[in-house]
Amino acid sequence: MDGDKEPARGRPPRERNADEMIEQRPSPDRTRPSAALDEARLRQQAIGVRLRQMFDEVVNEQVPDEFLDILRRADERGAGNG
Amino acid sequence: MSEERQAKPPRTEADDNAFKRELVQLIPHLRAFARTLCGDPAAADDLAQDAMMKAWDARASFQMGTNMKAWTFMILRNQFYSEKRRSWRQSQLDQEAAERTLVAVDDPEAPVALDELRQGLAMLPPEQREALILVGAGGFAYEEAADICGCAVGTVKSRVSRARRALHAILDEGAYDRDGASAGDAMRSILADAERLSTVR
Repeated sequence: MDGDKEPARGRPPRERNADEMIEQRPSPDRTRPSAALDEARLRQQAIGVRLRQMFDEVVNEQVPDEFLDILRRADERGAGNG
Repeated sequence: MSEERQAKPPRTEADDNAFKRELVQLIPHLRAFARTLCGDPAAADDLAQDAMMKAWDARASFQMGTNMKAWTFMILRNQFYSEKRRSWRQSQLDQEAAERTLVAVDDPEAPVALDELRQGLAMLPPEQREALILVGAGGFAYEEAADICGCAVGTVKSRVSRARRALHAILDEGAYDRDGASAGDAMRSILADAERLSTVR
């Protein structure tokens, strides 16, 4: 009894064969199609908010001095200051 | 963007100053766009600086009052792709760097959903990612994005919508794969974040 080993718990190792990848399942019940649509729309909005947030993170970083230095040097060169 | 090659009044110092002021304000946006193309922050800043200087050198051909942001983004993008063409091997490295950077999130406050979004973006084909970023994050209209990318408006629209669908699918899949958390949990987390963020804006 003691020595008996239980079979490993949990899911059996997944075998990724072609059949499994194209496994056909009935799609989950959509009792309220409008709710599903709302959810999809909200989800897209959420993705949009996230995208802007990601972009704005960099926009809000302090600009390295290098940028302004380069531009200033170019400006001085262009003006032929002397 | 058509350009009339007519005799223009000579540029004045005031013109240059006005141009420069506007260009300086665009630097943060150029950096952000470059970061989405290059991934690697140092390479992205190099690209943004090159684009900034190209824009400065070409200032005589820019018509003040038109959309300078779109104009500079177009310059940056052209610069990026002409460098890529020069060395496709380098572009491979860029892609890998982009994936590494987009995936790396050091902010402990960043919720899972943002991490997944970065991973999802990295998985999109470059032209879809670019279209989605210009329209979805850069705030450009489809027409402006089309000008920037040098393609038809319809092409941009379809790229954006394909990118959105693909991201949606990737995020769904990610939610199912994650240990313990159900798709519903991930969804709630995304929605809660979105709600919080949209009220802040």
